[in-house]
Amino acid sequence: MNSYAYTLLIPLIPLFVFVFVGMAEDKLKGKLGGLIGTAGLGIGTFLSYYTAYKYFIADHVAGTGYTSFKAVEVTWLHLTDKLTINLGVLIDPISVMMLVVITTVSFMVHIYSLGYMEGERGFARFYAFLSLFSFSMLGLVLATNLFQMYIFWELVGVSSFLLIGYYYEKPSAFSAAKKAFIVTRFADLGFLIGILMLSFNTGTFDFQTLTDPHGLAIASTGGAVFMGLSVITWALIFIFIGGAGKSAMFPLHIWLPDAMEGPTPVSALIHAATMVVAGVYLVARLFPVYAQGGPVALEVVAWVGAFTSLFAAVIATTQTDIKRVLAFSTMSQIGYMMLSLGVSGYGGEEGLGFMASNFHLFTHAMFKALLFLGAGAVIHAVHSNDMNEMGGLRKFLPITHLTFLIACLTIAGIPPFSGFFSKDEILVAAFHSNKILFGIEYFVAGLTAFYMFRLYYNIFWGHDRHYHHTPHEAPLVMTVPLMILAFGSIFSGFLPFHNLVTSDGLGFESHIDWMIAIPSILAGVVGIAVATVMYKTKNALPEKLSKSFSFFYRWAFHKFYIDEVYLFVTKKIIFNYISRPVAWFDRHIVDGTMNGIAGMVQFASVSIRGLQTGRVQQYGFVFLGGVVALVLIFVYLF
Amino acid sequence: MNILTLFIVIPVLTVIGILFTKDLKQSRLVSAIGMTAQLILSGILVYLYMTERSAGNMAPMLFTFDVLWFPALNIHYAVGVDGISVAMIALTGVVVFAGIFASWNMEFLSREFFISLILLATGVFGFFISLDLFTMFLFYEIAVIPMYLLIGIWGSGPKEYSAMKLTIMLMGGSALLMVGILGIYFYSVPEGGQLTFNVLEIAKHQIPVEMQRFLFPFTFIGFGILGALFPFHTWSPDGHASAPTAVSMLHAGVLMKLGGYGAFRVAIYLMPEAAHEQAWIFIILTTISVVYGAFGAIFQKDLKYINAYSSVSHCGLVLFAVLMMNQSAFTGAVIQMISHGLMTALFFALIGMIYGRTHTRMINEMGGLMKVIPFLGVVYVIAGLASLGLPGFSGFVAEMTIFFGAFEHIDVFHRVATILAVSSIVITAVYILRVVGILLMGPIKDHHFDHLPDANWYERLSTITLVVGITFIGVVPIWLSDMINFSLAPLMEKLASIQLPGM
Amino acid sequence: MIDNIPLNSFLVISTLMFFIGIYGFLIRRNLITMLMSIELILNSVNINFVVFNKFLYPNLLHGHFFSLIVIAVAASEAAVAIAIIINIYRNFKSIDVDNLDQMKF
Repeated sequence: MNSYAYTLLIPLIPLFVFVFVGMAEDKLKGKLGGLIGTAGLGIGTFLSYYTAYKYFIADHVAGTGYTSFKAVEVTWLHLTDKLTINLGVLIDPISVMMLVVITTVSFMVHIYSLGYMEGERGFARFYAFLSLFSFSMLGLVLATNLFQMYIFWELVGVSSFLLIGYYYEKPSAFSAAKKAFIVTRFADLGFLIGILMLSFNTGTFDFQTLTDPHGLAIASTGGAVFMGLSVITWALIFIFIGGAGKSAMFPLHIWLPDAMEGPTPVSALIHAATMVVAGVYLVARLFPVYAQGGPVALEVVAWVGAFTSLFAAVIATTQTDIKRVLAFSTMSQIGYMMLSLGVSGYGGEEGLGFMASNFHLFTHAMFKALLFLGAGAVIHAVHSNDMNEMGGLRKFLPITHLTFLIACLTIAGIPPFSGFFSKDEILVAAFHSNKILFGIEYFVAGLTAFYMFRLYYNIFWGHDRHYHHTPHEAPLVMTVPLMILAFGSIFSGFLPFHNLVTSDGLGFESHIDWMIAIPSILAGVVGIAVATVMYKTKNALPEKLSKSFSFFYRWAFHKFYIDEVYLFVTKKIIFNYISRPVAWFDRHIVDGTMNGIAGMVQFASVSIRGLQTGRVQQYGFVFLGGVVALVLIFVYLF
Repeated sequence: MNILTLFIVIPVLTVIGILFTKDLKQSRLVSAIGMTAQLILSGILVYLYMTERSAGNMAPMLFTFDVLWFPALNIHYAVGVDGISVAMIALTGVVVFAGIFASWNMEFLSREFFISLILLATGVFGFFISLDLFTMFLFYEIAVIPMYLLIGIWGSGPKEYSAMKLTIMLMGGSALLMVGILGIYFYSVPEGGQLTFNVLEIAKHQIPVEMQRFLFPFTFIGFGILGALFPFHTWSPDGHASAPTAVSMLHAGVLMKLGGYGAFRVAIYLMPEAAHEQAWIFIILTTISVVYGAFGAIFQKDLKYINAYSSVSHCGLVLFAVLMMNQSAFTGAVIQMISHGLMTALFFALIGMIYGRTHTRMINEMGGLMKVIPFLGVVYVIAGLASLGLPGFSGFVAEMTIFFGAFEHIDVFHRVATILAVSSIVITAVYILRVVGILLMGPIKDHHFDHLPDANWYERLSTITLVVGITFIGVVPIWLSDMINFSLAPLMEKLASIQLPGM
Repeated sequence: MIDNIPLNSFLVISTLMFFIGIYGFLIRRNLITMLMSIELILNSVNINFVVFNKFLYPNLLHGHFFSLIVIAVAASEAAVAIAIIINIYRNFKSIDVDNLDQMKF
């Protein structure tokens, strides 16, 4: 199978680009840095498509399942006697699918940014960071083992940090970057502990060994139990915390809305299409372990996913910053994916949820990237993020308008756009597993249609507004990616995912269950209808509604005050009640003790130095007294 | 001549050479030549060591050389290296080299400065090559004494106070150490044999367990003070804050490593039984060091204080790993020493360079420096990321190896300690990013800083050397970990062979 | 004639001189006087040397030599001491020992 060794180039080319562009940043005039980055990623995209073709079609023997194998692997470090960290490239259905997703979106973003970032200070730096991100993300999905994944997981985190903080002179941008990094790092702590527990108990990091359905890796844990749950369940829950942090699941979601401070293409690439689904990918990657080793952990995944999707959708209906609406929408959609994994079983038809999750991941990457890039084009034209300052833009931005509409219809789940198919599979999977979860998701589907069209109408319809300078359509370099992604959003729903990406590598028959599909379309249509009534033309209805639900509206508008809670805990409690006392304790108690010892020595010396008067005659007296005393002693005592 | 002896001869020759120089230009040139030679020699040593090992030389120590120096007490000048000492020597070579270039413009009493600095380096090199406890101790003292002068004369702030505090606390450590070493000497061989200071000789026999119980705390705390063991770490913030740049680099980068190295080579290696019994006390202390240092760093305002507390945390991790007493943890400890050595040297170098430009070290007086001094800013960010354990840099490798090693203990006590130590990586991220944010990002706070010059060639040389070291270990750690692993074999055998009480 | 005087008389004299010297040395504040007191002490010792030589070993001269050495030493000592005193006077405009307590702590 070493005919796949070339896949190593897919992550390595961006790495070289990063090193080269990063080092030569000052010397790359104009758009040169961007062009180098785009060209590098172009090659990567080509290689990814070739790999997908080769893996799914050319090398595939009809009637057999898709196998997973390592294209390359080298030893990186011997950790303990048993554990070795390897770096390599793992080829299997989900990694190949992710390759396609990442390179496609990343390539589009690279092209788009040539227009969007034009004239920015540090243009080459932007491309260096984008390349670093592409390298890390590709390394993450191609990881052959848990630890390699963790390595790239961290690298992805740092490139996200660097890109969010791209406008580093803006304090808000840097603090958003910092927040993103620290929150995800906190979650990574859970991931690391999970890895420690899992690898200690199974003696391996390797995905193939861990997820081998016939393997003994999980069985060898001996069923050790801690607080009512098996160790393996705890490990999986901890690992999920890591995934939840990256994927902005409640309650670790707080960084994602702020991350919108970064340039819009970055939001499209990292915070919509690729990095934030890393958590989903992680659970999917370890899915056999979850399915067999920790059903409880899987239940946690499902409920966290469901709750987040509802929670984020509610908040999204109230936000006015268009990027934030999209950010909450992303959270909500990732919640769908998590839920879908959570309700899935392993193998065959049981694995519908697994397939649906990956399917949705794929389609979501297309339409969400499209939405963000579309929003970028809007922001580029109006120089504002606030939807209250927009309206009637459909005349000025025809291409953006059309592609944005396609994306909105896709996310709302209207056939024949791709979102319909993937969301439908998720709803079916949820319906067969847990009716409450199904109910939540069904409601969220309607809500999604509502808030997306609220956004759409507010930007492109509403009352016509007078702009300082007439907004104009973005240049071709920006609209072409929009059109390509729109194409993907429309047609990617027809891909036979149930044959390609399944939990056990074997395809199964899947068809649309109209008993569920029709109500879900209805929900979407109702959502759109309500939005149309409220927002198509300016009227007083939204105002009235928000007044009558003012309490609830205020809570949702302030994102249920989760940020404030975090701020309270970190700023007030950790900073004031832990760090400050520690600093005080160190200076006054520990150091005070040391100084105290020194002080005691000094005190002792001060109290005896009085004898040293400097007066010769006093010394003489003492001397004489001493002599006399000695004489007396020697004479009378001996 | 034995290659190891060259490590002492070259610095001594350099010192003599500096004596004949007239001004700053000459003396820094001589020191640069000397320390470059030393760096090259370190490289050659690593290479020779690797070839010897791959040629199948299985001796525990290579390049050994032994002369009787003081017959009455059977003190030898005995040198020899294994993978661990080779790694530490290479680290010292790099840090000293970078240190010389970081103090390229030491105008005040430059000759004396370079002499003291190189004398300090001599002590460190001597310490790492010694096999004889007495000469080891001797070199340790040689390394500590110039410290006093370097801080007291060329320092800043309350320099006399800090220098005094540092020296006295370290001397207190040496006093404890002296007790430990003499105790080991008197029980080095079974009744009636010729007493010896040679580590390898002593390791062949078992020191009576009752004596170990008594001597282990002395030795461990003695070295622990140098390794900033809580609560004996307070010399570190004050000392580092007052020391001139190169001295901070050398001190945090190398001298603090003598503590970890000594604790490992002397305390654990020679007294494993007692180490095993008493480890829990010190594990508690080191866990406190790790977490406490990190929390302490969050609140500081002075760049050097932040870094000093961060050193307390990172060096705590070294001792923590040493006490875990298994192969991975030991490997991790050594990698952590090297990694922290390079990282913290880089930090102090940068702080010195920034201070040289802004004349303040208070973070709230600075801001937006990334725009003015992009080179230093970028390197600072790299150092920060390395410090918070980003993959691709050495810190990550070290921390992971330590955590996995520590996690091999399955009892609740070790688990809790490990998880607490692991949690320090988040706190580290918090204080590093806080500093980076305030210092480098945002708008420029003070218009005096609008036109600061970026790094000179010697500053670039100094920092790039260290960055290359950090990245190299971070990207290809396997050669280092294998080199260390192999050298741990004698120790692991000894640990496996002893009858651990209560096991 | 000396044979008629008993040993005790000499010893009493020298003891008196010795203690007068000690007294002077400890009580007087003037450096010159203190120097003189030291001379008294030295001379009381000289007397002892000579007297004991005479009474115990009449045919030997060791005690005489000793007192000669002491006289020589005392002379040089006086020279040095007076030089010091002059210097002190130049610096402090006083030769009162109570003012000379810089040698403390």
